[in-house]
Amino acid sequence: MTTTTPEAVGRSRPAKAPAVFDAAAARKDFPILGTLVRGKPLVYLDNAATTQKPRQVTAALVGYYETSNSNVHRGVHRLSETATRLYEGARAHVAEFIGAAEPAEIIFVRGTTEAINLVCHSWGRPNVAAGDEVIISGLEHHSNIVPWQRLCEEKGARLKVIPMNDRGELLLDEYERLFSDRTRIVAVNHVSNALGTINPVAEMAASAHARGVPLLVDGAQGLPHLGVDVRALGCDFYAFSGHKMYAPMGIGVLFGRKELLSKMPPYQSGGDMIKSVTFDRTIYNDPPHLFEAGTPNVAGAVGLDAAVAYLGGAGQDAIRRHEEEVLEYATGRLGDMEGLRIYGTAREKAGVISFTMEGVHPHDVGTILDTEGVAVRTGHHCAQPIMERFGIPATVRASFGLYNVKADVDALVAALGKVRSVFR
Amino acid sequence: MSSELRDLYQEIILDHNRSPRNFRAMGNPDRKVEAFNPLCGDHYTIYLAVDGGVITDVSFEGTGCAISKASASIMSSMVKGKTVEQAEALFGVFHRLVTGENVSEDEMTAVGKLAAFANVSEFPARVKCASLAWHTLHAAVTTGADTVSTE
Repeated sequence: MTTTTPEAVGRSRPAKAPAVFDAAAARKDFPILGTLVRGKPLVYLDNAATTQKPRQVTAALVGYYETSNSNVHRGVHRLSETATRLYEGARAHVAEFIGAAEPAEIIFVRGTTEAINLVCHSWGRPNVAAGDEVIISGLEHHSNIVPWQRLCEEKGARLKVIPMNDRGELLLDEYERLFSDRTRIVAVNHVSNALGTINPVAEMAASAHARGVPLLVDGAQGLPHLGVDVRALGCDFYAFSGHKMYAPMGIGVLFGRKELLSKMPPYQSGGDMIKSVTFDRTIYNDPPHLFEAGTPNVAGAVGLDAAVAYLGGAGQDAIRRHEEEVLEYATGRLGDMEGLRIYGTAREKAGVISFTMEGVHPHDVGTILDTEGVAVRTGHHCAQPIMERFGIPATVRASFGLYNVKADVDALVAALGKVRSVFR
Repeated sequence: MSSELRDLYQEIILDHNRSPRNFRAMGNPDRKVEAFNPLCGDHYTIYLAVDGGVITDVSFEGTGCAISKASASIMSSMVKGKTVEQAEALFGVFHRLVTGENVSEDEMTAVGKLAAFANVSEFPARVKCASLAWHTLHAAVTTGADTVSTE
């Protein structure tokens, strides 16, 4: 039996990423894409919900558990040293991948939701008081609404919402007008999960900073499609989930600028976030460990590291160009279908097409597509305020990943033809 | 079209979706209950008139998918004139039918049009759509609830 050595676990990055992304070759890295659903080849178009995992990621997980599993930051034994090295190595690689100034700015969490909750708790509670204001946008996922709503309720603060136009683009003039001397933070997503709008977060961060206000970016949909350089973006916090960028579920990242993190109190408390504990007093550890109480998801971090290596090896610019091409093709083909209406027609879009079919509820569309092997999401996409904005209960959402090709779009269009034939 | 699909979207279901029966608000109902399926946005209001343990009128209004709307429509046409106990018994069989549990041939005959929903059991994500109206009726006759949610 062969096992992967600890040193081989995690990553192998080519010196230079190729200029063109070979999606057909990449598909071979994802075994699930070769499976059948209801007897039909799987056409996976639900990537905004979660992406599939390449062999490189699952091999890293298995390799970790088979050769290196141990608890981190504790033991003097060899395995613990290996696990700690892999875990901290993953942190360093993620820091490099997103352009953080140093690994200590990377906090491992369960996912975007936990990252935002962490900021609400450790930054929001000490910094937001009665009468203060928090700005979010009308394009947010529930995970970037509800934590702020709760914070505002708790503190007697006010939640202000940046409106959008009919294309699903935020109105930046309105955004500027929402600021007051009580604005404490802005929280906005990089890419809308429901409509695909790419928000001008760099510009929005500059506006916020001009007023001394920090800005958090929900990057759950941004990072997988666009990549990110947090310093170029100028954001103060950037939250993302591993599982939406080809890494395992249960691991995610909060990037926070060191200057902010160093002033924040702990999130959860327990082991690993302390330097010393007596019954009289506890001396806390420094960031990032201060925010990572308890045994962390080491295997998840190793898997995330492998996903980062995968994306880095393929080249995010090349992936982005490929995804843009597929999205453009899909927009054209769906746009040609009678009775089909696309919601979200922003000039800058990534990864997502939301639509409805006249006379057919999205849920019925989803079921019929499923019988053709086509997996899409139907519903409100955890973004009910967006559905309300457009006066619809739900949409069908096709969302794309790096392995989607034009043939997937053709399969979607053919399956939508079946919907028409059922609901004549 | 796959037979699986034809079995799910039978003509009777498509017909009740296109032209739902008893699709109206009711003035002075004895019970009025709102039904939600938050996952897909189905939202109905179901009205009941009950006299001496007999359901004398049922109506509903709202929006949702074909399965949920056809189910509410067929339910409304089937339980009108039945006693509350008879309606509850139908719900019992219907529930077993859509969740893939055993339903005897006699029961199948007794539920009539409801047999059209048998194939919903092949689509677990749609069971809530099919049973939303029935759960709402059940809540209306057994509890004081004003709203029913599948989640």
